Amino acid sequence: MRSPAAGVATAPDPEAPSTATFLVVNGLAFGGGFAIMALELLGGRILAPWFGSSIHVWGSIIAVFMLSLALGYLIGGALSLRSPSLRRFGTIFVVGAALLYPLLALAEPIMAWTFAHIEDPRYGSLVASVLLFVAPTVVLGAISPYAVRLLVPSREQSGRVAGGLYFVSTLGSAAGTLATSFYFVLWFEIGTVVAGLASLLALLGLGAIVAPRRAAAAQP
Amino acid sequence: MTSARWTQTLAAAALVLAALPAVAATTVLHREQSLYQNILVVREQDRLCLRFSLRRQERNQSCMDPEAPQRMVFAYTRMMVAVLLLDPAPQRILMAGLGGGTLPTALAALLPTATIDAVEIDPAVVALAERYFDFAASERLKVTVADARVFVKRALVREERYDAVLLDAYGGDYIPEHLLTREFLAEVRELLPEGGVLAANTFSASRLYHHESATYQAVFGPFFNFKTRQSGNRIVLARKGPLPPTAVLAANAALWREPLEPYGVPIDDYPELLDANVDWDADARPLTDQYAPANLLQEAGR
Repeated sequence: MRSPAAGVATAPDPEAPSTATFLVVNGLAFGGGFAIMALELLGGRILAPWFGSSIHVWGSIIAVFMLSLALGYLIGGALSLRSPSLRRFGTIFVVGAALLYPLLALAEPIMAWTFAHIEDPRYGSLVASVLLFVAPTVVLGAISPYAVRLLVPSREQSGRVAGGLYFVSTLGSAAGTLATSFYFVLWFEIGTVVAGLASLLALLGLGAIVAPRRAAAAQP
Repeated sequence: MTSARWTQTLAAAALVLAALPAVAATTVLHREQSLYQNILVVREQDRLCLRFSLRRQERNQSCMDPEAPQRMVFAYTRMMVAVLLLDPAPQRILMAGLGGGTLPTALAALLPTATIDAVEIDPAVVALAERYFDFAASERLKVTVADARVFVKRALVREERYDAVLLDAYGGDYIPEHLLTREFLAEVRELLPEGGVLAANTFSASRLYHHESATYQAVFGPFFNFKTRQSGNRIVLARKGPLPPTAVLAANAALWREPLEPYGVPIDDYPELLDANVDWDADARPLTDQYAPANLLQEAGR
């Protein structure tokens, strides 16, 4: 991605992203963090009718989210090596959103199947969590390292940029946790909140895909 | 120490005792942080009580008078016995939420041929019920450590049936939300044969009252609301099939009057207190697995 400032002689750093890119990437990182934790919180409610709300159910959910994010970090890092762009960054969100939709339609049959085949509620909840949450969470995990790549202008700045992005996405996670547990569950059905999260991710992703084209079209 | 100092000290101690009678009379016998709650076993006056310590206050969950262990100390425990008004001789009973085990122990003694399955999520509660509250599992009275929702689903898979299901799983300050939904109650109803009975110890205040009532109504149709002045709880008594007329309730009460005397249950007073009228906001939304903010609704005032 070439920043508009690239050709300006007074620019202190030719690789520095534009303010617009900075804002877009941070906004998306916030939204990604928001969706991840909102989804994790809803995970407990989604599993409870089949596996209860014993402590091991939460153990399963948290472990599966952690492992999925870990895998996502690796994948996001690997993806960032190949011609990174805001457009591809947005595509990660769209794919993540698409992987949330099956949760709406398939959660019940998947949990019924798991319940029928695994008697122990510890392993039942673990397997159901894997089947339901790994795919979208791995994809959402790719967001952070990819975002770092888009905003890092130089080696000296890399730690600061990464710190800033973790700050924003973790802030998003806190907001997603509170909004979901305080209000969303009171206002909406669980499925509606999941659909809302998927729509949010899709919109953010499409925004990032379209934004650079519009910026380019606006140039004389 | 001189005798004057002794007198002074004793006088001071007496003052403290007089000022704090409740504190002075309560001895903590056991304190435990379990997986799910802080549990206390305390002796207060002559009673032995199981407490789950809560955010606002410590509330007794179950109490026993060691001098008269059969006597039911709490109004809500006595009220749960009203299940016998709808079915005077249930043979298979499921009890969700053990507490001190007062109710299953009493039912096992009162119904010598019945089998009882008690389900409790917290293994620490089972251990303390056995250690302090004379609770003893047996061939007829089995305890399973499990989440009640999972237990019910498994029982359905095994095609088991229970003549009576007793729900006492809602703590004062935290409600397991997946045990208060239309889907869960429908699963419980499926466990019942025709004429089977559900008794649930639930809430009588806050916005939750309306939503909860609407949920029971959605699954069972008309049900009995059972409230007394002595208790802030209400007992929901629902039946698979039509509710029995008052004459039947009174006849069952007469049947049980004598056996229930040692337990202190005034069963004769109960039939006229069972109320099948809708006294809740009929527009309240039933709780479902998709919409179950029971704890938030309980926080919200009436």
